[in-house]
Amino acid sequence: MLKYAIKRILLAIVTIFIISAITFFAMNAIPGGPFAKEKAPEPRIQAVLEERFNLDKPVGEQFFLYLRNLVQGDFGVSLKTGREISSTISSSFAISARLGGTAVLVALVFGLLFGSLAALRRGGWPDRMIIFFTTLFVAVPSFILATLLLLVFSFTLGWFKVWSITDPNYTLPVISLALYPMAYITRLTKSSMLDVLGQDYIRTARAKGISDQVVIAKHALRNALIPVVTYVGPLTAYILTGSLVVETVFTIGGLGTHFVTAINNRDYSMIMGTTIFLATLMVIMTLISDLLYKAIDPRISFD
Amino acid sequence: MSEYTPDTVPVKKPLSMQLDPARFEPATAEEKAQHDVMRESTTFFRDGMRRLFKNPLAVMSIVVLLLLLVTIFVAPMIVPYGYSEVIRVNGQRDRSLTNMRPFTYSVMEQEKLDAGEYVFPHIFGTDELGRDYFIRVIFGARVSLAVGFFASIIVLVIGLLYGSISGYVGGKTDIIMMRVVDVIYSLPDTLMVILLSVVLQQVLGDSLQGTALAALGNNMISMFIVFGLLYWVGMARLVRGQILSIKNNEYVLAARALGAGAGRIIRKHILPNCMSVIFISTALQIPSAIFTESFLSFIGLGVQAPMPSLGSLANMARGGMQIYPYKMLFPALGICLIVLSFNLLGDGLRDAFDPKLRR
Amino acid sequence: MSQTLLQVKDLHTIFPIESGEVRAVNGINFSLDRGKVLGIVGESGSGKSVTAYSILRILDNPGKISQGEILFEEEDIVRMPPGRIRQIRGDKISIIFQDPMTSLNPVFTVGNQLTEAIRLHTRRNRRQARERALEMLRLVGVNEPAKRLKQYPHQLSGGMRQRVMIAMAMACEPDILIADEPTTALDVTIQAQILELMLELKDKLGMSIIMITHDLGVIAEMCDEIIVMYAGRICERGTAEEIFYNPRHEYTKGLLRSIPKITVGHEKLTPIGGSPVDLLNMPSGCAFSARCDQAMKVCLTQQPEEIWVAKDHLASCWLNIRDGVRYEAGEGGGTNG
Repeated sequence: MLKYAIKRILLAIVTIFIISAITFFAMNAIPGGPFAKEKAPEPRIQAVLEERFNLDKPVGEQFFLYLRNLVQGDFGVSLKTGREISSTISSSFAISARLGGTAVLVALVFGLLFGSLAALRRGGWPDRMIIFFTTLFVAVPSFILATLLLLVFSFTLGWFKVWSITDPNYTLPVISLALYPMAYITRLTKSSMLDVLGQDYIRTARAKGISDQVVIAKHALRNALIPVVTYVGPLTAYILTGSLVVETVFTIGGLGTHFVTAINNRDYSMIMGTTIFLATLMVIMTLISDLLYKAIDPRISFD
Repeated sequence: MSEYTPDTVPVKKPLSMQLDPARFEPATAEEKAQHDVMRESTTFFRDGMRRLFKNPLAVMSIVVLLLLLVTIFVAPMIVPYGYSEVIRVNGQRDRSLTNMRPFTYSVMEQEKLDAGEYVFPHIFGTDELGRDYFIRVIFGARVSLAVGFFASIIVLVIGLLYGSISGYVGGKTDIIMMRVVDVIYSLPDTLMVILLSVVLQQVLGDSLQGTALAALGNNMISMFIVFGLLYWVGMARLVRGQILSIKNNEYVLAARALGAGAGRIIRKHILPNCMSVIFISTALQIPSAIFTESFLSFIGLGVQAPMPSLGSLANMARGGMQIYPYKMLFPALGICLIVLSFNLLGDGLRDAFDPKLRR
Repeated sequence: MSQTLLQVKDLHTIFPIESGEVRAVNGINFSLDRGKVLGIVGESGSGKSVTAYSILRILDNPGKISQGEILFEEEDIVRMPPGRIRQIRGDKISIIFQDPMTSLNPVFTVGNQLTEAIRLHTRRNRRQARERALEMLRLVGVNEPAKRLKQYPHQLSGGMRQRVMIAMAMACEPDILIADEPTTALDVTIQAQILELMLELKDKLGMSIIMITHDLGVIAEMCDEIIVMYAGRICERGTAEEIFYNPRHEYTKGLLRSIPKITVGHEKLTPIGGSPVDLLNMPSGCAFSARCDQAMKVCLTQQPEEIWVAKDHLASCWLNIRDGVRYEAGEGGGTNG
């Protein structure tokens, strides 16, 4: 297991490296370079840029210096505002993390709950309702859901106030973000549970005289959880990218909003820094998901 | 079993005393055949299609999609407005034409109506520049569907080629090819899409001006390029997996033992078994591509104005959402309808063609 | 203590599905005596496994027993409350299944699964249960038992897994062991070992066995009494001698004929023609009639009664009735009274 973990961690590091490389060199592919004189609004920012990003050096060297800075937590400065990118990231990420983390929890807890319920009461009306709603929600993009919820519950009905830093209300944003993954996890859990319940070892457990509750809780659940664990990686990826839109719609001052603003403003240094930050996060979450999976299922050979 | 005792003789039913000796004649083959209820055998395809059409949701989604297709093709022929056309009444700009509610008319259009002329109604109203919104939504749907479709084709072609070569050739080639796939697969796709869109937009710059592709805008082209670079890996893995599992399957071995050549094996055994899985995967890729396109458009990286897509229309409608909610609603509903239909169809296909579920 | 352990009377088991009812078991009667090995033989779909599952009431959804009685120790299993049947499972009546790989939970260790059964039915603490588990593993001939307890099912060979299954089933010294195709998934050499083991345990622990299989060789070797099933009904039943040397049902005869013989010269194999019955649309009359060479008109419309054709031999076939093959008391052999 340890050998496997080390291997995966190394792979993750390589992936992050590759992503940084792609990001950096893609940015530099822009004709004239991303930090060419016309792009920065003010000369003083331009000067800072030249110094922080070592624009006087050859591109290859720029890249290594950039990496070195990254590892030390120095993301450079924003093209448009001159602010330290790292401070923007750290302050706004706390908000995004709260939003995203809550959404992940909600999606997992309710997804597992509803999925198991649907599998155990198959064909009954809880199952039918769950099938109906999950099919529906899996087809609604988060930004549409977000705008709809905002429109109906905030603007029209006035049940929830618009988000502000002093009066943060995460209810609607979390729902918009969590609904799709919750529906997905519900379906995944249900099919996995049904699959497991049809297995021979469940019959063996019953034949030993174990009560149905214990059969489900002990023998079935452990096995049914396995596919859900592998979904944790893609789940975080979805939450991260989904938060871009949800934050924008609900005007939440998280990292997502800053990222979208940077894209619209062509704030290249900000785009670069945020992309690498978010990508690293995703790679780490995928790594955790992989390790969890191997920990739960003893069948997998550690290659 | 107990010992035989007179008490344990099974009770004879009185009826059995009255058996007709003629009934003890041998039964003819026809009589036996009538008796023997066997299931008709069908081909895999026919069986699957039959199951598909028994599924009400799948049938409904096929109907909806067909209706949608018809509408998108027919509507521009009926509605006299263009999607980028700022409507002029009698050749003149009309201020009151902007942001009209559905089925209302502007001041000048009303005058025309009163004069007895016919003005085609604005079914969805007009947008902030005075363009008919209905036709814009229709075109938006066209663009979204086309994007979804072409993106899926790109994914299919590249993935199929790559996966089948890797799977069939095997050996070191396979290992190397799959390593490449693993690396690409581990990249966070949406972030890369955003990144590459931003970059390509600048890189392509004006280089496409004047070509047929210019109308789509740099963003669209970037999106297709990105799809071609990143999204095919899932399909490649799927195809390779299918080929590997079938290659080693016993019936391929059996075919070879009977003397079938490689070509015949591929045609008759490998391909038909892969087809259903690949087809379903492609069908489910379409809504995923539409999602991605809407997402990008929502962020501002989608199609270039004036060309609409459902996502960009939704984005543009966001600002005036409180006053004109319908401008948001129509494209949003469009996206949901398309995605839902494809999802249901994909699910239906999967259920219908899953050999394990055969009754 | 009475000789008869288990009595099955007129058992009907069905699976109600969308398109109708699958009639898996259609009125079977048999009994099992103490210390005997009963074999149930038939092809796939004959209802033999469903019979076994019915006895322990571990049918998969939506299966259910629609009619009949299963008497065990004065109680009717069919009408038992769930709590009581759970006490019997694994303790008084145990079952081992065909595929030991899929029958063992892959995410739990062998030890975990063994001790689970032990602690459920006996009052042992964890240490004692582990002792017992080790004892059982040794009994069934698993080498390095202490090591095996910590291993997962996929780390063991097929034969060893089946031994573990047997150990699990025997741990509480049941009165009846039901073996559902225990050796079908194993190599022939391992097969012999497992069968030998089962007989050994039977003698050692005074157990009865219900052996379910489609393999006539296994039946011949192990069983005191045999039941031949087809389409959920019993074609004939009797001692091994009777069934093999004096078959009185065309299906049994077909099965025996289809065994390739090494001693005879090169001949074509003689399978039984036709295809298995569709249990969803059961024909009237004898279920085997459509495939029977000797079928008569009556066979197609009326089910034959079960009659005694020899001292320890019952059969359900119109041919016996037509030919007057019938056993009456007084024709040789010891009977009561």
